Amino acid sequence: MLVPVQWLKEYTDIKVSTEEFCDRMIMSGSNLETVEEFGAGIQGVVVGKIVSIEKHPDADKLVITQIDTGKEETTQIVTGAANISVGDYVPVCLHGSHIPGPLHGQPKQPGGVTIKRGKLRGVASDGMLCSCSELGIEDKVVPVKHKDGIWILEGEYTPGTDIVEALNLRDSVVDFEITPNRPDCLSMIGMAREASATFGTPLRYPDICCKACAEEKSSDYISVEIKKPQLCRRYVGRVVKDVKIAQSPWWLQKRLMTAGMRPINNIVDITNYVMLEYGQPMHAFDIRNVKGGKIIVDTAAEGESFVTLDGTQRTLHSDSLLIKDAERGVALAGIMGGLNSEIEDDTTMILVEGANFNGDNVRSTSKKLGLRTEASSRFEKGIDPNLTEQAVERVCRLIELLGAGTVLSGTVDCYPEVYRAQPVYVRASRVNQVLGISLSASEMEGIFRSLEMQTEAAGDVITVTPPTVRQDLLEEVDFVEEIARMYGYDRLPVTLPAGNTQAAKTQKQLLRDMAKGELLGLGFNEIQTYSFVSPKGLDAIRMKEDAEGRKLIRLLNPLGEDTSVMRTTLLPNMLEVLARNYTRNNAKVSAFELGNTFINNHSGDGPLPEERDALCIACYGEGESFYTLKGAVCQLLAGLGVKEVCFFPEAEERAYHPGRCAKLLRQGEEIGVLGEIHPDVAEKYGIGTRVYCCQLNFDALYAAADHTKSYRPLPKYPAVARDIALTVKEEVLVASLEDVIRKNGKDILESVALFDVYRGKPIKAGEKSVAFNLTYRAADRTLTDEEVSTVHGGVINALAQQCGAVLREM
Amino acid sequence: MQNQLKTILEEAKEQLKNAVSLTEAEELRVKLLGKKGKMTEILRSMGSLSPEDRKQMGMIANATRAEIEGLLSERMNALKEMQKNARLQAETIDVTEPGVSRKLGTKHPISITIDQVCQVFTSMGFSVVEGPEIETVFYNFDALNAPKNHPSRDMSDTFYITDDVLLRTQTSPVQVRTLMKQKPPIKVIAPGRCFRCDTPDATHSPMFHQIEGLVVGENITMADLKGTLDAFAKQLFGPEAKTKFRPHHFPFTEPSAEMDVSCFKCGGTGCNVCKGSGWIEILGCGMVHPHVLQVGGVDTEKYTGFAFGMGVERVAMLKYGIDDIRLLYENDMRFIEQFR
Repeated sequence: MLVPVQWLKEYTDIKVSTEEFCDRMIMSGSNLETVEEFGAGIQGVVVGKIVSIEKHPDADKLVITQIDTGKEETTQIVTGAANISVGDYVPVCLHGSHIPGPLHGQPKQPGGVTIKRGKLRGVASDGMLCSCSELGIEDKVVPVKHKDGIWILEGEYTPGTDIVEALNLRDSVVDFEITPNRPDCLSMIGMAREASATFGTPLRYPDICCKACAEEKSSDYISVEIKKPQLCRRYVGRVVKDVKIAQSPWWLQKRLMTAGMRPINNIVDITNYVMLEYGQPMHAFDIRNVKGGKIIVDTAAEGESFVTLDGTQRTLHSDSLLIKDAERGVALAGIMGGLNSEIEDDTTMILVEGANFNGDNVRSTSKKLGLRTEASSRFEKGIDPNLTEQAVERVCRLIELLGAGTVLSGTVDCYPEVYRAQPVYVRASRVNQVLGISLSASEMEGIFRSLEMQTEAAGDVITVTPPTVRQDLLEEVDFVEEIARMYGYDRLPVTLPAGNTQAAKTQKQLLRDMAKGELLGLGFNEIQTYSFVSPKGLDAIRMKEDAEGRKLIRLLNPLGEDTSVMRTTLLPNMLEVLARNYTRNNAKVSAFELGNTFINNHSGDGPLPEERDALCIACYGEGESFYTLKGAVCQLLAGLGVKEVCFFPEAEERAYHPGRCAKLLRQGEEIGVLGEIHPDVAEKYGIGTRVYCCQLNFDALYAAADHTKSYRPLPKYPAVARDIALTVKEEVLVASLEDVIRKNGKDILESVALFDVYRGKPIKAGEKSVAFNLTYRAADRTLTDEEVSTVHGGVINALAQQCGAVLREM
Repeated sequence: MQNQLKTILEEAKEQLKNAVSLTEAEELRVKLLGKKGKMTEILRSMGSLSPEDRKQMGMIANATRAEIEGLLSERMNALKEMQKNARLQAETIDVTEPGVSRKLGTKHPISITIDQVCQVFTSMGFSVVEGPEIETVFYNFDALNAPKNHPSRDMSDTFYITDDVLLRTQTSPVQVRTLMKQKPPIKVIAPGRCFRCDTPDATHSPMFHQIEGLVVGENITMADLKGTLDAFAKQLFGPEAKTKFRPHHFPFTEPSAEMDVSCFKCGGTGCNVCKGSGWIEILGCGMVHPHVLQVGGVDTEKYTGFAFGMGVERVAMLKYGIDDIRLLYENDMRFIEQFR
């Protein structure tokens, strides 16, 4: 909402600087976006009167003008403008003057342009005549008449007067950010009401008393019928005759321009002016084209065709509200007038409409037709039906004041159900309790009254009746806010809540923190990726068609395919991130993501799917292998207290290398998968190196995490170390050898550790040599050589029998 | 013989002085005191002396031997010390060469920010709660007092899965879930992911993070809101940080406010971070609307409360001077590792 401060002063006194005005308005609840200075950056530009125009001897398109700029001698200016005539008043940039620009046909220069005298085709020019946009006025608000060529000023001026002064150009324009609960502030009077309450200055309403011609009544020419009262709460019309379409006076044009609207002609400008003033969209019909003197507010027929003011043919729906005359539609209610009843240059009699249309209906029609206008966006937000009458009166009064027509007496007013504000009981004690202050009921009444509310206090209870424009004030809490903002948030005390609460993180949150801590310590960076992904990622990781992860949750309105489904696995995102890093030559990467995946079942909360915590860990680069990642994962599991995890060879996980992939099982339950990414998958992502990845079901880790720790006494007796090297068939797993060793180590085998795996001469092809370090120890005695040898021999026998292991000479 | 001993002693002194290595000193020891050494020879030859002379000469010889031994060990110690010093000298390294570090991982800046904010609030007695990212229209809008025709409900603003299920656009639904689950006093914060239909650019992301806060109890006032959030700002941005509360509008709080923090870069004098205003908008807040408390089954006469919500990306970007939100989701390791 653009609010020119000069215009606002019409309704209430503003005695402070613009800066203070803005600061205090912000603190009373009118936040603002920007403050612009209209007419800024103009220096040394004066009003000139054109005395003569002669042809340029050497240029067809140029003329030599002599301008009266208030000096003894005229100023000679050469110009290419074609729209000037002798006697016109024009803005003249004298030598050395400064304007914001942009100059005609040139790009805008930051800081503006300084005009210097010069010669045009050999003829001296002592400055420049300028257009509206050269004076820094935005193209979209330049009056239609002045869009092209030099700005021809209306009215009489003293030549040589500074243009800024002559046209009263300077004004501060504040762009207020109006929140959706305050549509009443989308108007000059609404903002003036706020300013009046903020600064304690009285509010002045505009003059709406029409003199009116007594002989003829509006009702002589027009009748109104509302067929859909639920969609139109009120319709007020008044007829004006002897209309003379002309340019608006400069003061009116300027106000529209500073408020961001383009002046068009007096009648259109007045309706726009009143819309900005009251927030009530207005419309004017050429009464010649309102057939049968009838206005009927009704819905359109489904598929009905209608041409709006902008010349576009539109197909209406059965719920589109249409203003009809006796024969046809003449305006699309609350959105745009019809081309068939538009004001034209020869219009002599008009019907001024002020109506209140249902916001939801306007929104839906406007959306269906793809036609959003200043009027429709205002109706959508909700308008007080009581404004219609005042606004119509105001339009008519302005027509009178401008001498643009004769207003007929009386209005036609169809108002089936009068809207009255409901009084609300407000307890002073409650207001104080919520805000932590102690104002008296009468102090609160003072605040309410400053906002044009009626109050009546009885003890603690204040009965408050807001003005009908304040449709946001419905219950006590709404009034608490009024007191808070007018009293001043900055004046509220600063305290801390009484009473203690125990802060806690859940076990799961703690485990997440712990997992992140372990992984950071192991050198993995944390990544964060989108929760919505492309379904193509599942193909890229070669997920089976019948996998649970293929049951996708799809968005109805995604931004694009890349973000169209909720992720069921973190793997594709991880590979994308690794690929991006690989492409950017990050040679070595270790990363993890801990986040939600979305399972398409309804086992979650009512209609909601299950959200499952997942953990994905990955790495690539020199020195990384299946075993480095496995080592890291084992450290992580140990850190989280997840014990007894076994790794089993897994050839069916299609994202992984079939010979380099393991399933992680704990007590028979699968908790994850770890392996080298399948070369086809890596290739698909454009990763030209081996990638290792581990996906863990974090919820399963949470269930398994056991943080009980107990002390074991340090050993008192020496250990006996025995190394063994075994030759076994290639397919015999290290895990199964270890298993046999442990099972046969009786109660004296303290630990077993693999220290070498060797293939090649002298070991036969298809076999490998595996070497372990075994440590024997008893808690209560020094072991004898004999004791150890017996058990150790048993271990070797068992290995031979169960695994076909042959002991190698060490 | 006495002269002989004297000569040996003098010679030994001279030779020891000239011995510059432990090896030379050892050779000298052998030459003087070894089995075939000069002293040994003299001591052996004492057998031919008379018992009286032997006794006297023995005393002198032993004294000489002891003196030589003392000199020898003194010299050898000195040489050892010299040798050690020479070794230490030779072992000098360039301490300005870079250290060999163990690689540690780096937390994502979003997580760092969430952790910092959560830590501040948990220290003030807030518990951390969570809610689903896929939400119902009820929790995300209806229960939060959002008008039925509010534009934020449109498909152009909110991602829908069905007519009733959506990707939450804010963490505020966690407020409602908490109110339904817990009895006052309540003091929680809820960090999490949110989604809105914004095409990614330098300042927009269709997915982002928020941290929601909710306090409900007896006699909770707007002054408590100010005090709590002011304390938070001072803990997060430093004790110099000042706060300013401006009236605003949110459907689920009334009165509502936006909180600005004095610019942590310029301290309030105006710079490019605060766009010259000296203030930075950090969060939205307000007193929980009675309609929201009622949905949660809270007695609005007995209890009042306040709520607040902040954008994590915004705070992280301001704190670290990140100028493009998309960097946060590209996960370039060179970016992430800057936040260790």
